[in-house]
Amino acid sequence: MTNWNSWLFWPDHVALSVLVLALIAMVFLYAARKPMHGIIHSTCTLMSHSLRFVSRWLFLAADQMGLRNQSVLLAHGQESEAVTIEREFERVGNILRKDMQEFPALQRKMLEEATRMEDEYRKCGVVPPPPPEWVTALESVAQIKSGGDIPRKLLEDISKSIQKIHDKTIAEFRRSYEGRHKILHAMQPSWRTVEKLMGEMDKKMVTLQTNAKQIDVHIGKFEGIRAKENKTEHALTMSSFVHLAISSLVMVIALGGAFINYKLIALPMSEMVGASDYLMSNLKTSDVAALVIILMEASMGLFLLESLRITQLFPRIASMDDRMRRRLMIASLAFLTILAAIESSLALMRDMLVADKASLMRDLASIAPAPSDGLLTRIPMIGQMIMGFVLPFALAFVAIPFESMIHSMRTVVGVCLVQGMRGLGVTLRFLGLLFKRLAKVFEMAYDITIVVPLMVERWVLTMRTGPSVEMEEPAFSKQRRAA
Amino acid sequence: MKKSLMILALSFGMVSSGACSDNRMHSHGVYMLVDTSGTYAHEMGKAAKIVNYLLATLNPGDSLAVAKVESRSFTEKDIVAKVTFDKRPSQATSQKRVFKDKIHTFAKEIKGSAYTDITGGLIQGAEYLNETKSGIKTIVIFSDMQEELGKGTIRDFPISLDGFRVVALNVTKLGTDNADPRLYLDRLARWEARVRKAGATEWVVVNDLEHNLESILTTR
Repeated sequence: MTNWNSWLFWPDHVALSVLVLALIAMVFLYAARKPMHGIIHSTCTLMSHSLRFVSRWLFLAADQMGLRNQSVLLAHGQESEAVTIEREFERVGNILRKDMQEFPALQRKMLEEATRMEDEYRKCGVVPPPPPEWVTALESVAQIKSGGDIPRKLLEDISKSIQKIHDKTIAEFRRSYEGRHKILHAMQPSWRTVEKLMGEMDKKMVTLQTNAKQIDVHIGKFEGIRAKENKTEHALTMSSFVHLAISSLVMVIALGGAFINYKLIALPMSEMVGASDYLMSNLKTSDVAALVIILMEASMGLFLLESLRITQLFPRIASMDDRMRRRLMIASLAFLTILAAIESSLALMRDMLVADKASLMRDLASIAPAPSDGLLTRIPMIGQMIMGFVLPFALAFVAIPFESMIHSMRTVVGVCLVQGMRGLGVTLRFLGLLFKRLAKVFEMAYDITIVVPLMVERWVLTMRTGPSVEMEEPAFSKQRRAA
Repeated sequence: MKKSLMILALSFGMVSSGACSDNRMHSHGVYMLVDTSGTYAHEMGKAAKIVNYLLATLNPGDSLAVAKVESRSFTEKDIVAKVTFDKRPSQATSQKRVFKDKIHTFAKEIKGSAYTDITGGLIQGAEYLNETKSGIKTIVIFSDMQEELGKGTIRDFPISLDGFRVVALNVTKLGTDNADPRLYLDRLARWEARVRKAGATEWVVVNDLEHNLESILTTR
């Protein structure tokens, strides 16, 4: 209140004092109009230009980063496709080597079967029945000119003979057909064998065809990568996102496994390094030791998979000669087994410590010990020991999703960074535009505070120069509106 | 390569030095004074239960001592049992069993004393706990907090309990307190003022031994 009063000319007449103060301020503000407009304009222009400059730099940087990301992505995709194609070719080569080796034998077998079938077929060829003898006899009888008993008797004999011959012929014909049917029946297994062989060949050919199609697809992708097609790049980017999501999920599961592993060995480690030793304010040495063992297991697993060429995080290991690589593999496997054995024994120790503590608690609470069933109480102990031995080996496989995560993260982070930079660039550009327009707004807002002197100025100008200024004003307003 | 090795060695050294200086800071030291004067000698069962609770709660590396409050308590002879638990949990468990047996024997053979020298016990407890170099130091007083000093026993001088927690357990009301509760309240207020003046960080009164035992070790 005291401060306010010091500003008033007549503290008893506040309204009058404020009015006089306002008038004086108005006069000063009117006098400072041009420089103030200049300051507002310059500040806003400076801000606008700076923001636009930064925005342009961000866009340029984003484009460069995008290009770099693209080249890395395409190179990685190319490498990965090349490996896939190589493996597909290897697979096809194996099929061809393995199955084509069998083809001569298969062909021989089929030829044998075909020859056998041909022989059988020949055997079952139709044998025409012998010509009936009675036709010749009938012709002889027909040449006899005089009738009588002799021809009749003769014809009767012929009839009997023909009947006999006919019966015999029919019987032989049937026997012959029966024989041929038997031959055809015997040919059935050969047909089946041939059909089976043909089926096998067909299956192999289908597999070969599928592989060939897959190679075609991969070659198509490879060509797309080489041609730097947008479609392929987009597909590779999306694939990186999917890989990151999947590998992150697997890593989370693996982390759960590692946490159980940690819980299993943290307590017994305190027996080794002391339970009351602290590395930092809240970091127990035993906890750190347990963590170190788990990390060592993960590292050994990583080296094992690297030496098996399943993962390729360390180019030096991948480029080692086979003998050294095998040695590294054996060494890492041996270390992993030793660590697993240690962990298994720690799990046993944990069970013993827990049982001992439970017994002490019962003693302190003066509770009678619970009756123990030998087998039932041993099951958790055995389970813990098995888990302690198996978990390190399971943890070793984390290297695969880890590698996938690292590779895909490069792309995903790059894409996010580019998008972030572009978004920031757009925002800064918008702010630059806003500042450009704000200059006019501030100038007009400033003019509102000195509206009375401005009106006086306009009136004086009108008085001096006539209506020409009046004519200028609407044009000026129109210009402002346009701005 | 050399630079990274140096950084690694330096960080390892820093961590190691931190570990050495930090080890005792996390340990808990508890000194329990058990009043054996008059009717309080019959409360030994409750005291044994509290010792059992402490044994169950304290961790490897912690220290525990139980001493009786007698006519003149500023002496090591009044310490019934004392132990600093081994860093290895299995050894600590064995030590806890032995400690429990000692307290059990003491509870059976207890004899009441004529006077109650709580101040002497506090000074003795502070000395013991300072020697253990525990990070958190707690003196537990199992008594009605009615100090009665024998002839020639001088305790009216300032004592030092810097950084100590003082917990008064099972502070029973005397016959006179029932007639005039102000006596009981004044007694507690006097003790609180005295220990706080001596530099104690915390003064806790626990009478509900069934549900509030965790207040003995929990820092507020």
